[in-house]
Amino acid sequence: MIELEDVGYNYGGGELFSNLSVQLAPGSFHFLTGPSGAGKTTLLKLCYGALTPTSGRARAFNMDVKGLDRDQMAYLRRRVGVVHQDCRFLDHLPVVENIALPLTVSGRGLLEEQANLHELMTWVGLSDRKDALPPELSGGERQRAALARAVILSPDVIIADEPTGNVDWEMSQRLLRLLVELNHMGKTILVATHDMALIRAAKNQVQARVLRITNRQLQLAGADL
Amino acid sequence: MNALRKLILGDAQADRVVPPSGFTAQLTLFASGAMAFLCVFALALSLASGRVAHRWSEELARAATLRINAPAEQRVAQTEAALEILRQTPGVASARALTAEEQAALLAPWFGADVPLDTLPVPQLIELTEAEPGYDATGLRLRLQAEVPGAVLDDHTRWRRPLVEAAIALRRLGVVSIVLIGGAMAAMITLAANAALAANAQVIEVLRLVGARDSYIAQAFVRRFTLRALSGAAVGVAFGMLGVWLMPEASEEGGFLTGLGFQGWRWLLPLLIPLLSALVAFVATTRAARKRLGDLA
Repeated sequence: MIELEDVGYNYGGGELFSNLSVQLAPGSFHFLTGPSGAGKTTLLKLCYGALTPTSGRARAFNMDVKGLDRDQMAYLRRRVGVVHQDCRFLDHLPVVENIALPLTVSGRGLLEEQANLHELMTWVGLSDRKDALPPELSGGERQRAALARAVILSPDVIIADEPTGNVDWEMSQRLLRLLVELNHMGKTILVATHDMALIRAAKNQVQARVLRITNRQLQLAGADL
Repeated sequence: MNALRKLILGDAQADRVVPPSGFTAQLTLFASGAMAFLCVFALALSLASGRVAHRWSEELARAATLRINAPAEQRVAQTEAALEILRQTPGVASARALTAEEQAALLAPWFGADVPLDTLPVPQLIELTEAEPGYDATGLRLRLQAEVPGAVLDDHTRWRRPLVEAAIALRRLGVVSIVLIGGAMAAMITLAANAALAANAQVIEVLRLVGARDSYIAQAFVRRFTLRALSGAAVGVAFGMLGVWLMPEASEEGGFLTGLGFQGWRWLLPLLIPLLSALVAFVATTRAARKRLGDLA
């Protein structure tokens, strides 16, 4: 589904990592961990085409990401739901419209999707906050809204960058449960986190692989959880 | 065609993805309004100059004046002789001596209405109209010189040409002004669009993140700027047309300046300005958006 083959990435002349290979099979669940600055976010961006590798090859849905034009890249983004640590909302739009943004930009009418939208907001526990503006939301609500936005087009892959970075333990458990549910629905999940407690908590819920970036290399951190 | 339909009809949801931005909105409205206002006057000037150039070249090209400078006792005889020569001259359609009242009317602007012409040594004027293909002015002058010594032929060429040239140059200046106004408006709207695109870089990033195509993002900006330019120019044109309409009507006394307006169906021409402004804004914003989105890619 998504495959990085011997990829390397240089930042302003310095090498962040090189010769990393990873393959996200359909329906798999991966955690990506490592120290701050190791390149977790960069690796995620390589997966959804926000960055192109300086060496090696990144492939998504059997297409070389480097060769995609901007329209093809937009279609790729619709198949990969992304949850950022800082969520990235349009602050002038209410939560419901932010969540529906992927529908809006893909030309799908919101009226036809009202039922799905309501169901999704209930699923993430935001049905009573739909008219709030993003700055009015708590950290956990923002993360859940970002997750709802990432999955509204029912993408094949969901990539989350530190989704529990700004929330308390209870909320991180709730977010984890949502991600696990999505995985049980057949979605491919890749979560970057430095929260080892979260990874351990996932042990009983899902069969996940843990990848660790250290010393510019990607390693499998032990057996399946 | 589909893109044009989308642009006109819009998409209420898509229009909301770009936050309203006060500064660029006001700049676009003001620039397009002011430019449209100026454009109305440039158009009025251009059309009036064109009319004057046409009228002078058409009306005066086929007319000439014969002036009989003769002593009072010979004036009538020389006038008759000159009229006879003109009747015989091929290419002269008609010739007639101006009456004393007509000559007085010509002098009235300088000497007043009560000028006693009979006490002044005023030459007799003969108005002649040229036929197609025209007369031989040199030959006529030589014959008049021989048979009517006091006759002087003035075919208006001497003063008609610079006037017509000036009117044509004025019309050209009007057209150049309209082009420059359009260019200046395009430049201002490009600046405003660039400012809006730069201010919304984060919005663009979010839209791309959720799968928006560049054409969708560009359209959100282009539609907004096009509609602003259209509405601003409509207001500018309305004020401009009001200004032109309030100008004094064309009159003989006022000359060229009082004729600085639109006539007949040409009153409809300024209505094209808002549409052209919208087109200029559409092109300028599309180019700016493409470049900016390319840079951000």
